[in-house]
Amino acid sequence: MALETRIYQKENQLRIGKLLKDSLQDIYTSRFLSRQLAVRDISAQYRQSYLGILWAFIMPLTTAVMWIFLNSSGTIRLSATGVPYPVYAFSGTLIWSIITESINAPLSNTNAAKGLLTKLNFPKEALIISGIYKLLFNSAIKVLLLVVFVFVFGIGFHWSLLLFPFVLLGALVIGTALGLFITPLGMLYKDVGKLIRFGLTFLMYVTPVVYAIPKTGLMKTVMTYNPMTPIILTTRDFVTGQNPEHLSYFLIVVGCSIPLFVIGLVFYRLSIPIIVERSSA
Amino acid sequence: MEENDVLVTVEGLSKKFCKDLKTSLWYGIKDLISNIQGNKNERLLRPKEFWAVKDISFELRRGECLGLIGHNGAGKSTLLKILNGLLMPDAGKVTIKGRVGALIELGAGFNPILSGRENIYNNGAVLGFTKQEINSKLEDIIDFAEIREFIDMPVQNYSSGMKVRLGFAVAAQMEPDVLIIDEVLAVGDLGFIMKCFKTIDNLLDNTAIIYVSHNMPTVSRLCDKIILMEKGQSLFQGNQVGKAIDMYYGSFVENESNIVFTNGSIELLTIDLLSSLKMNDNIHEIKWKDDLLLYFKFKLNLYIDIPIFRVLLYDKEQRPLAIFEPNYDENLLKNNNGFLEFTIKHEGIQLSKGIYSINVTAFKRNSNEPILRINNVLSFQIIHDEDHFQPFLLSSTFSTK
Repeated sequence: MALETRIYQKENQLRIGKLLKDSLQDIYTSRFLSRQLAVRDISAQYRQSYLGILWAFIMPLTTAVMWIFLNSSGTIRLSATGVPYPVYAFSGTLIWSIITESINAPLSNTNAAKGLLTKLNFPKEALIISGIYKLLFNSAIKVLLLVVFVFVFGIGFHWSLLLFPFVLLGALVIGTALGLFITPLGMLYKDVGKLIRFGLTFLMYVTPVVYAIPKTGLMKTVMTYNPMTPIILTTRDFVTGQNPEHLSYFLIVVGCSIPLFVIGLVFYRLSIPIIVERSSA
Repeated sequence: MEENDVLVTVEGLSKKFCKDLKTSLWYGIKDLISNIQGNKNERLLRPKEFWAVKDISFELRRGECLGLIGHNGAGKSTLLKILNGLLMPDAGKVTIKGRVGALIELGAGFNPILSGRENIYNNGAVLGFTKQEINSKLEDIIDFAEIREFIDMPVQNYSSGMKVRLGFAVAAQMEPDVLIIDEVLAVGDLGFIMKCFKTIDNLLDNTAIIYVSHNMPTVSRLCDKIILMEKGQSLFQGNQVGKAIDMYYGSFVENESNIVFTNGSIELLTIDLLSSLKMNDNIHEIKWKDDLLLYFKFKLNLYIDIPIFRVLLYDKEQRPLAIFEPNYDENLLKNNNGFLEFTIKHEGIQLSKGIYSINVTAFKRNSNEPILRINNVLSFQIIHDEDHFQPFLLSSTFSTK
């Protein structure tokens, strides 16, 4: 058997094709590692907690409850949403929490594996893939809860509900792709992670998470062009069985996110040695 | 497969580091950008940078073991990280053939909450095993680590030695072509360390090993090639492992003797090695099998009985090797107006080549209470042609019977 040869030198063979091929190959060979890391993190997370899975939706639930209260008590006046407001608010915050979680996942997973990264050579893509597994696991629970909501509020079953997982997967890919670009910078400077968290809170208010797009005004323009808008709206439309008005914009965003994800993977792969060098733990 | 194929080739390898964190992070951002553009320029030192590894070259074949020695911060671990593919070099090239195993961090990927059994899978996955491989090796791993009783206990309750055992047991299942070992075996009890070395010995024939350690006896036992590093550069490189180890020790020789304890009743005025031929760098030199004739002059500040002198021989690692027979008979030495002058003779010293030092302790004759202890009162070097890592070279005669 010919021995595998590795060459480490200063010059990067900056051929996207080769880098991408290596990257995909590593994803394939490290499939057990990715799964194992996900299993490890999920089981450890719930073994040291009584409320366990509840924590996954306590945050979106409280945000939704707060808005439902604000709306029903008449403190604020929101424009009509087309579906019962509790479903609207809860589906919004839940989908939003899935998106923000997927944006933060690559950075937080890479950060958590810093000790491994600086000591051992293993396929780093496994961190990203295991992150996606964990997101899928957490999202699945949230989705179940959302479906329960949909039935409780009498919206009932729609065929589009079956498409919902695919739309959600698109949202995960978009979030992870964005996260991949943030990760190298975020590993170097703590500011980046904080800035992203801060920015996302702000971004939530220009996305139709807890209220619909206004009919006129500056907010309408911002919210219409915000690439997060079609993700939230289309996912929600599929859950509640409404006509997805923003479907074409959604498809464009997902279409863009796939090449973005690929470039993000290559960028991540190139950046890891620099991160290791600058952050030796 | 060729028997003696070159598995590791390192050519002119250099790596720079930054001394200042903020600057380092900023360079990190710049490197990220220049990395995307495929940085082909020669890399020079930027402000606040230094070469952590500079211009290292070597070749390693299957069956060979390379020792990397040097002071803390000499660049050994950085070199290992480059060889392991964790850091990219700033100049030069590394070519490695075959499966690379690294015993750098044992038990990587362990999660403290999970049980030992679960963590075998985690650690194994990080090291690149498949699930089937781990399943088939699970029993071997548990037996090797000798922790069957606790295998389902959370790893956070393991002692540090137990964690290292479990980590090594998993890592020992690798069948690498190139094995990188970085001072990991320090924890763990003696039985386990011996087990580890047995594993490494078994691998030795089919593997190219790179071994970093501060433990010179193991270096001289395992390695047939050596690089002595200092400030990132190779100070000595070659097959003469013993010579490199001597140079390494030489860099630590302290000529300062230090008084560890005294109650003031006795003072050392002079010590000399009368049988020494010459001095070299303040170290007496004598030939192997020469007599050792030590001369002492003490001042007794109080009127006391002649103390018992225990004179001890230490090696370079400060391990005690021998004691000279003390003066139990009180009539051997005479107090001469408050001075005590005497010699100690040992005929035909058979210590092997190397540097040794002498410690002196004095005890009250009746109560065995220490009154003086001085470390490193004198260093001397034994001259011989052969290198041995054993402390003694005993003269012997072979004859056919």
